Amino acid sequence: MKYMLLIYQNPANWEALSEGERDAVMNDATAIVNELTESGELIAGDGLADSSQTKTVRVRDGVPAITDGPFIEAKEHLVGYCLLECETLERATEIAVRWPDARHWAVELRPLMIASGEEM
Amino acid sequence: MTTEDRHQDLLRELAPQVLGALVHRYGRFDACEDAVQEALLAAATQWPQAGVPDNPRAWLVTVASRRLTDELRREHARRRREDAAAAQPAPAPVSDRDDTLALLVLCCHPALSPASQIALTLRAVGGLSTAQIARAFLVPEATMAQRISRAKQSIKAAGATFAIPPEPELAERLRVVLHVLYLIFNEGYSATAGPHLQRPDLVREAIRLTRAVLALRHDDGEVAGLLALMLLTDARRAARTRPDGALVPLAEQDRSLWRQDEIDEGTALVTDALAQAPVGPYQVQAAIAAIHAEARRAQDTDWQQILALYQLLEGMARNPVVTLNHAVALAMVQGPHAGLDLLATLDGDPRLGGSHRLDAVRAHLLEMAGDRDAAVEAYRAAARRTTSLPEKRHLEGRAARLVSA
Repeated sequence: MKYMLLIYQNPANWEALSEGERDAVMNDATAIVNELTESGELIAGDGLADSSQTKTVRVRDGVPAITDGPFIEAKEHLVGYCLLECETLERATEIAVRWPDARHWAVELRPLMIASGEEM
Repeated sequence: MTTEDRHQDLLRELAPQVLGALVHRYGRFDACEDAVQEALLAAATQWPQAGVPDNPRAWLVTVASRRLTDELRREHARRRREDAAAAQPAPAPVSDRDDTLALLVLCCHPALSPASQIALTLRAVGGLSTAQIARAFLVPEATMAQRISRAKQSIKAAGATFAIPPEPELAERLRVVLHVLYLIFNEGYSATAGPHLQRPDLVREAIRLTRAVLALRHDDGEVAGLLALMLLTDARRAARTRPDGALVPLAEQDRSLWRQDEIDEGTALVTDALAQAPVGPYQVQAAIAAIHAEARRAQDTDWQQILALYQLLEGMARNPVVTLNHAVALAMVQGPHAGLDLLATLDGDPRLGGSHRLDAVRAHLLEMAGDRDAAVEAYRAAARRTTSLPEKRHLEGRAARLVSA
């Protein structure tokens, strides 16, 4: 099963962390990414630029409106993602539990939809 | 068939023989497998221009051996220790046929996860390239290469040897091989449309490999049963999706699109197997598929016989998916409420793990029973749970059809 691990942070809290705490988050994430690359479970993963760099696009009656900033105003922002393929949900959850941002904020784990299906 | 297809078929057929020859001579399954893969790629690029050599098998063995000795020499220089290949005993004469079985058993080693067993089987026995396997499983090539290399390490760490194990271990290991072939088939068969069209190649590959196993174990009724099940299922492929990828339920399929050649072969296989060998789950599932296949119209289906076969199957392989199908057959024979009662026994079954299938079957039976509101609710619940886009679309469509009826 493929899963998307969505990683959230609160930018205000992030800035308030000590340098050592910030380093720990970065280093722990790098270590997990290396481990998942080696195990063949990581399909893709990236960090996202600061949410202030977001463009939100809406099209109404064929007219696009492009505004600066995220679609949903929230304290916590999506800061990165990992696309995983794991044998079981338990294994994917285990990875999510170890993800360092989960200690300070939260990560979300969501199964991907697939294009295959069985006729019923 | 194009020249390129013919080359591909020849290469895939020779792949396990060449790998077997190398492993006998040098040991070291992991290194041999890499060398064979390189030789196959060399053949795929050179043969179209230079033509197929007179003895393609010998050509591949020579090229692969050269790659392997180069690699072992490099490794030797790197590690400055005795060349592992030098210490190998002289190869015992073994037939290529046994090699294919030994390779299958090795690639489907119980120390590996099913995903790794599948990838390694397709590469080492099927002769597919890492890129082809990666495309079929919708992951980047680097990810698949990593999985295959890890699978080979795990086999080595488990101390597995390249040999056909003695009975009764062989019978047990063969069950795993059959399950892996079944998973490969399903992966290809359940593909629908769009960017995933290459996946039906997996169906062809699974059928080809199962045929190869049957040639080696022709007296094993379950091998025949699995091949029959694959053929009878694949016979419906053209009818199971609409051109836009939407799923068509069995009852609504255009049966004139079913492939009669596959139905005939599958039916003959399962009929023979049932008459001669001890009955197993693949044979029973194939028998059920054969009964569906012989009905000219959906309403001609012999549900009584299908119900009896599901009862038999539940006795030998008790799992909730069998019970779901059993409930449908029961509903067709005794009415929807009998089916719904059987479904109720699955409520909260942890083996279903919140699967949408329970809700989907319940919705179908509630619709049969004329309980429209409950059916709509169950279809919607199933649609929320499934991770399959075409299934979600199908279930939402069912709910919408009932609401507007």
